[in-house]
Amino acid sequence: MAEGGKQGRRETAAPAIELKGISKAFGPVQANRDISISVNKGAIHGIVGENGAGKSTLMSILYGFYKADAGDIFVNGTLTVIPDSQAAIAAGIGMVHQHFKLVENFSVLENVILGAEDGAMLKPSLAKARSHLLDLAREYELEVDPDELIENLSVGHQQRVEILKALYRHADILILDEPTGVLTPSEADHLFRILRNLRDQGKTIILITHKLREIMDATDTVSVMRQGEMTATVKTADTSPPELAELMVGRKVLLRVDKKPATPGDVRLRVRDLKVRDDAGVERIKGISFDVRAGEILGIAGVAGNGQSELLEVLGGITPASGFVEVHGNEIDLSGRSSDGQSRRARGIAHVPEDRQTLGLIMDFMAWENACFGYHHDPQFQQNTLLMDNAAILRDTEAKMKNFDIRPPNSGLQAQNFSGGNQQKIVLAREIERNPDILLVGQPTRGVDIGAIEFIHQQIVELRDAGKAILLVSVELDEILSLSDRVAVMFDGRLMGERTTSETDVKELGLLMAGVVGEAA
Amino acid sequence: MDKMPRWADVVLVPLINLTLAFIAAGLVVLAIGQNPFDMVFFVIKGALGSTTGIGYTLYYATNFIFTGLAFSVAMHARHFNIGAEGQAIAGGVGAAIVLLAVPWPHWTLALPAAILGASVFGAGWAAIPAYLQARRGSHVVITTIMFNFIAAAIIGFLLNGVLKDPNTQNAETRHFGQGAHLPTFEEIFAPFGDGLFKSAPVNVSFFLALIMAFLVWVLIWRTRLGYQIRAFGSSHTASAYAGISAFRVTIYSMLISGALAGMLSLNVVMGEQERLIKEFVEGAGFMGIAVGLMGRNHPFGIVLAAILFGILNQGGFELLWEMPGISREMVLVIQALIIIFTGALVHMTRDPLERFFIRMRKKRA
Repeated sequence: MAEGGKQGRRETAAPAIELKGISKAFGPVQANRDISISVNKGAIHGIVGENGAGKSTLMSILYGFYKADAGDIFVNGTLTVIPDSQAAIAAGIGMVHQHFKLVENFSVLENVILGAEDGAMLKPSLAKARSHLLDLAREYELEVDPDELIENLSVGHQQRVEILKALYRHADILILDEPTGVLTPSEADHLFRILRNLRDQGKTIILITHKLREIMDATDTVSVMRQGEMTATVKTADTSPPELAELMVGRKVLLRVDKKPATPGDVRLRVRDLKVRDDAGVERIKGISFDVRAGEILGIAGVAGNGQSELLEVLGGITPASGFVEVHGNEIDLSGRSSDGQSRRARGIAHVPEDRQTLGLIMDFMAWENACFGYHHDPQFQQNTLLMDNAAILRDTEAKMKNFDIRPPNSGLQAQNFSGGNQQKIVLAREIERNPDILLVGQPTRGVDIGAIEFIHQQIVELRDAGKAILLVSVELDEILSLSDRVAVMFDGRLMGERTTSETDVKELGLLMAGVVGEAA
Repeated sequence: MDKMPRWADVVLVPLINLTLAFIAAGLVVLAIGQNPFDMVFFVIKGALGSTTGIGYTLYYATNFIFTGLAFSVAMHARHFNIGAEGQAIAGGVGAAIVLLAVPWPHWTLALPAAILGASVFGAGWAAIPAYLQARRGSHVVITTIMFNFIAAAIIGFLLNGVLKDPNTQNAETRHFGQGAHLPTFEEIFAPFGDGLFKSAPVNVSFFLALIMAFLVWVLIWRTRLGYQIRAFGSSHTASAYAGISAFRVTIYSMLISGALAGMLSLNVVMGEQERLIKEFVEGAGFMGIAVGLMGRNHPFGIVLAAILFGILNQGGFELLWEMPGISREMVLVIQALIIIFTGALVHMTRDPLERFFIRMRKKRA
């Protein structure tokens, strides 16, 4: 497969990128084990794998962030040593990171030349960059206003700036790390059009993602990684999502959640005209109303940053708000001193926060200290009025670790030493095992591997079947569609409409997510 | 994920730092034409060579345990309390007021009262910066250091005014009286032989400091308040999620910190001077920062670090007698070098050592 046979449009040139026998270990963890892969020129090559499979490590080696313990890198057929990102750029490799590395209050043009200025004075560089940038934009459908400030651009446009940055540095090989995480479906489609365009102009694209649908949509060939090894490289046309999922996890996976139709009971959580302002006085939630009933899952879809995080934080007691929220028919205080995480837990609201690392867990606390976090006032965890009952907490933690199959089952390990999926399981175990009346869940499977996703989804559905009210916030449309009984879409601090899950689809929700009000659907 | 063994972190790193500090100090001593090995010898001999020397060492260590604990309790909540100096002064005023107000019949009664007076005043002095931090967001680093100056000014005002002993020219209170006399080690150990700890100022406050170290350990690792303090110190956002009140944690941790700093006065004011004098803290408040850092904010480590700094303090003073070529300023330079190496430059040696251990492990694997 070293020959560019599939494309047919390339002469028998050397592959754009060829990795031979790459290995990399971090202490006892073998992140990459003897990986060989070759990516043809003018192809879109996908790399899929669970979190921790070693995709990012491999790309970091290619981009010069890490040094491989063993193995060789060939760029266009020549052995290349890449000690740092400067060398990667010199070799024609460009990277678009998952989290953009842009200066918010600089203009597009300034960001593009940042680090690639020629000479001490800016003016000549800027002038040269402007014309070059306009050429690039025309050539690849990458239109952005060069004088606009980054902070005024949408996420999709910011991503284009990242791509332009790479192209401006003459990148022939573009690596994109989870590029669609922050995009609406239509923005993602546009991105893939751009990528195809770049491919047709002879650029080589490496697309790292965990979304199988994108692999199927956008790539020519795909490599699957599992536990640091490259398990397969196949033509995209010859494979299918279930087959890829199986290759990723090493066993058959349920991509769809198995669940019975909901049997909604009475209203557990009633929200009316909820408004939230952030510290800067900007209104993040502009008056929303909804109900969640016992025994149902209400999914809130939307592109990140449209007020969903604030919604969870208000209901979880972290940020104050105005409006009216009723739990079990009793109004709860939204502002003032008596509104905090403790008062919410006392009302039977459990909260699995969107960001487990900054909210849900204390990363340098051990697992057992985290397993009572938020419930540390609970009588069952107190030895007497003064001392906490550490032995009881330990016992409780060990039971939770067993029930949720948390690995390694070591309650004395710090939270930061667990994988993302196991960290999430610690949070879920803590919140679900409280048997709450209402469960708030934010991004339950972000950064979680497929095997764990299946388990986490099952737990949430089981809780619903036990008659609990569940509010699910997720930016993954697939997750919303497979878990929720009803879906509401949030855009710019407002709810754009509510749908019964069985009567809607990705296309309709995608339009709502982009702020387009549906034609009386 | 990758860490060096705990023993290396806790024992080896401080030892290497200490060695480096002595090398640096040795170079300085060499530069002024003195023998660095003599220096080390006389420091150790002065601090540990006699029970009197040990008595002085433990006396200084007592101060450093109190201020080191004070620093560490606030530090667990990520509040950088550098106001132990001022809080200790306030504690001294509190202890003096209690001890002067009542003609105490016996120290066993006077000590609890003095503990109360010292800790309430010390905590009270920390309360204002704590409130300003918790409600107004004024950084405690700024406010506590400013409060040190205010405390120094106030104690001068009091000792030249209402608290002044009219029978002397000095800015000091009258003697607290025999009923407030704390047993010294010399008195305590008299049954075991003559001349033990002869004329050393170390007294029962040393045991009080050890008890406080144990109580701080209980507080931080066994109580709910300690759990909340540590959680808040590690992550403000997660604490908000859990419903841990930032206000309460800030106030409590700072009050406890101030109270511990205030207790330094029991050792110096009540135990040694037996009257309130103006400059009794003598930098022990700031030394507490180095002690807390070197002791990794763990009470056990703080006790060890405090004893080490006690050795350096006492040994340093002895140097003045034994090596006339070394001036008082030079002793301060040497102490400062040691603080810099053991406190401020911890990561200079820690990180390379960690890499070394990781490489060793890989080689073995």
